[in-house]
Amino acid sequence: MIRRLAALAAAAVLATGCATTGGAPDPRDPWEGTNRAVFSFNDGLDRTLIKPTAEAYRFVTPQIVRTGVTNFFGNLQDIWIGTNQLLQGKVEYWINDWARVLFNTTFGIGGILDIASEMRLEKHDEDFGQTLAVWGAPFGPYVVLPIFGPSSVRDATGFAVDFYMYPTFWILRNARPEHWVSWRNSLAGLAFVNGRANALAATDVLEQAALDRYAYVRSAYFQRRVNQIHDGNPPPEKSAAVPAIPTKAAADLLEILDALDKERVGGGAVTARETFEPRVPINYDAVLAASARPLHTVAEADSGPR
Amino acid sequence: MQRLIFALTAFLLAPLALAQEVAPDALVRSVSQEVLDIMRKDKDIQSGNTKKTMDLVETKVLPHFDFAHMTALAMGPNWRRATADQQKVLTDQFRTLLVRTYSTALSSYKNHTIDFKPLRAQPGDTEVVVKSEVKQPGQQAVTIDYSMEKTAASWKVYDVAVGGVSLVTTYRDTFTNEVRQGGIDGLIRSLSDKNRQLETAEKK
Repeated sequence: MIRRLAALAAAAVLATGCATTGGAPDPRDPWEGTNRAVFSFNDGLDRTLIKPTAEAYRFVTPQIVRTGVTNFFGNLQDIWIGTNQLLQGKVEYWINDWARVLFNTTFGIGGILDIASEMRLEKHDEDFGQTLAVWGAPFGPYVVLPIFGPSSVRDATGFAVDFYMYPTFWILRNARPEHWVSWRNSLAGLAFVNGRANALAATDVLEQAALDRYAYVRSAYFQRRVNQIHDGNPPPEKSAAVPAIPTKAAADLLEILDALDKERVGGGAVTARETFEPRVPINYDAVLAASARPLHTVAEADSGPR
Repeated sequence: MQRLIFALTAFLLAPLALAQEVAPDALVRSVSQEVLDIMRKDKDIQSGNTKKTMDLVETKVLPHFDFAHMTALAMGPNWRRATADQQKVLTDQFRTLLVRTYSTALSSYKNHTIDFKPLRAQPGDTEVVVKSEVKQPGQQAVTIDYSMEKTAASWKVYDVAVGGVSLVTTYRDTFTNEVRQGGIDGLIRSLSDKNRQLETAEKK
């Protein structure tokens, strides 16, 4: 029965997958058709089941309880987060995160209180996908996972490891008595619903903001991951992540640089165009900014005091 | 009478002259503080009055945004292909959409604390990023970064990044797609449809 259902679901996904491919493909998303199908499947599941459950949960629990639940699972996760810090060579953060576990588990009554944050031991956000990225693995194609949502080949691999290492699972995995299994399942369920409840505000904003939610979520996913991988300080956008420079804008930029050179008097000085052309990698955003603003502001910005 | 009008104008313009002196981080900080204070005190806003929240955003927050620049960046190369009229409509519609979104986001942050990080900028800089953090109980803080540029009048925000996700970059992907499929007018239609849809949803 289950196998037949799965086959049916797969067929449905493939069928809609072929039908919904429209517009030019995003190079990061070669499987857009299938991904869109899974996305709308997730969306339906969320609308009918997950979101209402999360809203009901938010309705019946006071904030203090939800904070306690969030802290409790956060504390368990900190163990694996710390391990990932170590795997990424960030020893200081590893110590920080495991110290968090130590203080929160003891003084924080099993992790219900986040004492460590009060002690200025900051909470971090790591997972195995980020560790793989730090080790040099590229994103790989974009993948929308059933139920768990946006991911990529790399991050889905990481997620599989995270899932296996998730403390509620490994603490109770080898537990003998039968009733531990239902305990584990309830805990995992609570973690999931609580997590969804925490995200309700964000998804409400998304609902309003996006013209095409699929594209919006995809773009946000890539930016967010890059930001996480670099612990909040990502390098400036690389030209590989964006389409080729429009020739018009590039031509305009060269025009601007030439105009600047004409204004500058003096022998031996490197011209703006010379400095630009051979060495400086073309920054797409700068070009866009330049083409979007009137000429004089660009000239002012470039010739201003350094 | 004329003198009265002159005095009134001078009185009204005075804050503008002062605004020029305000550093970008101080500006963001004071505006955020003021808006959050109002939101926490106002009973209508507390009970979810969207209209009032939007008015608050409109009067207090929006004057500090440069929407034409924001729309141009979100449009990318297509901005140049749009006529002046299309650019105006696009800016208007994008602005309407962002006011609503921003109001919703603000309502969910009203009970959190916001920390500002020290500004890293040189005295002569004309573009800065003001970094702030929204602390939530039990969760990692969410960063909110405001990209700002110095204009003739004052510092203006032209992009906001929440948790590293830039508004402009996110919309650029969608806008490029929409223009490819339906041209610039197609994008305008999508934006105004979306705005109308949100407005009717709200009235219900």
